[in-house]
Amino acid sequence: MSLVSEGTEFAGSAGYGPSIASVGDYVALMKPRVMSLVVFTALVGVVIAPGHVHPVIGFTALLCIAVGAGAAGALNMWYDADIDAVMRRTSNRPIPRGRIAPGEALAFGIVLAAFAVGVLGLLVSWLAAALLAFTIFFYVVVYTVWLKRSTPQNIVIGGAAGAFPPVIGWVAATGGIAVEPCLLFLIIFFWTPPHFWALSLVRVDDYARARVPMLPVVAGPEETRRKILLYSIGLVPIGAAPWLLGYTQTIYGVTALLAGALMVAFAWRVRRERDGERAERAAHDLFAFSILYLFVLFAVLLVEGGVIGRAV
Amino acid sequence: MDEKPKRIVLSEEQKRSRRARSIAIALALGALVVLFYVVTLVKGPAVLNRPL
Repeated sequence: MSLVSEGTEFAGSAGYGPSIASVGDYVALMKPRVMSLVVFTALVGVVIAPGHVHPVIGFTALLCIAVGAGAAGALNMWYDADIDAVMRRTSNRPIPRGRIAPGEALAFGIVLAAFAVGVLGLLVSWLAAALLAFTIFFYVVVYTVWLKRSTPQNIVIGGAAGAFPPVIGWVAATGGIAVEPCLLFLIIFFWTPPHFWALSLVRVDDYARARVPMLPVVAGPEETRRKILLYSIGLVPIGAAPWLLGYTQTIYGVTALLAGALMVAFAWRVRRERDGERAERAAHDLFAFSILYLFVLFAVLLVEGGVIGRAV
Repeated sequence: MDEKPKRIVLSEEQKRSRRARSIAIALALGALVVLFYVVTLVKGPAVLNRPL
């Protein structure tokens, strides 16, 4: 017998009545833009792995990694709903808008995470599934619950969560781990701080209002600019490492060095432009270029295909 | 004792969104069934051999 038939009319999710959430709201809860980057980097991990992977198995692995990333995104939005509500960039997310109740987001995230890990383990590899489970745990518990609100190093350490997908892709394809996916991990790990600090320079008021101890809030914009430059300089050899260690062709090495030099140039501009609109533009340009940087490096690896694997 | 329990009346928007969510869940479950079927065909007897 259903109780959802007659009597009192309920307002919707915000009032804890019957949900008014659309499918699109649940898609937004999974952070589709982050998911697309995760799928792309995981795809590179699958493609450059040695040996042959059946397309169906590769697709299954990518699907599970994507759903796992979506689950982590939903759980992040559940826990961070209070922060999201006071930040301009995130106030339009489904929970602050009252489209999805926090409990619904929590249940959605847990169910998706369980399905992603379970299906990846059953159909592809239990080691890959364990890594995916660890990645979700790291993003939700270590980064979101612990680090994000307690230290300006939050995105430095938390960046590891975003660096795991190519490793999971490689493990899903080979059943084991090797040096090459660890290099891809390091590239994303060292790319994350300048990428996010550039964004936080632009949104420093937002983070301060939400009491999130991002580096510009705690140490100031000057120190943030200095660290952005240092990490960008460090990223050049790390980005070129797959070529320097002989795992890729020259085209990747040249691309990585050129893109790295441009990254340093953008970071130098952020360091130089300190006031007003020009400073904001420099930080925004670095943020935008950093996305292009990662995309180009991984795209070249993708084009080179299994070259890394065959070089071992 | 004859008192009827209070029940909920869904608005048209709530009904529409519930229907859309139900269809999405059905499609996702259907896709999962197809995925398991196809992977079983692809792996054949090796479906039980999963590397750790």
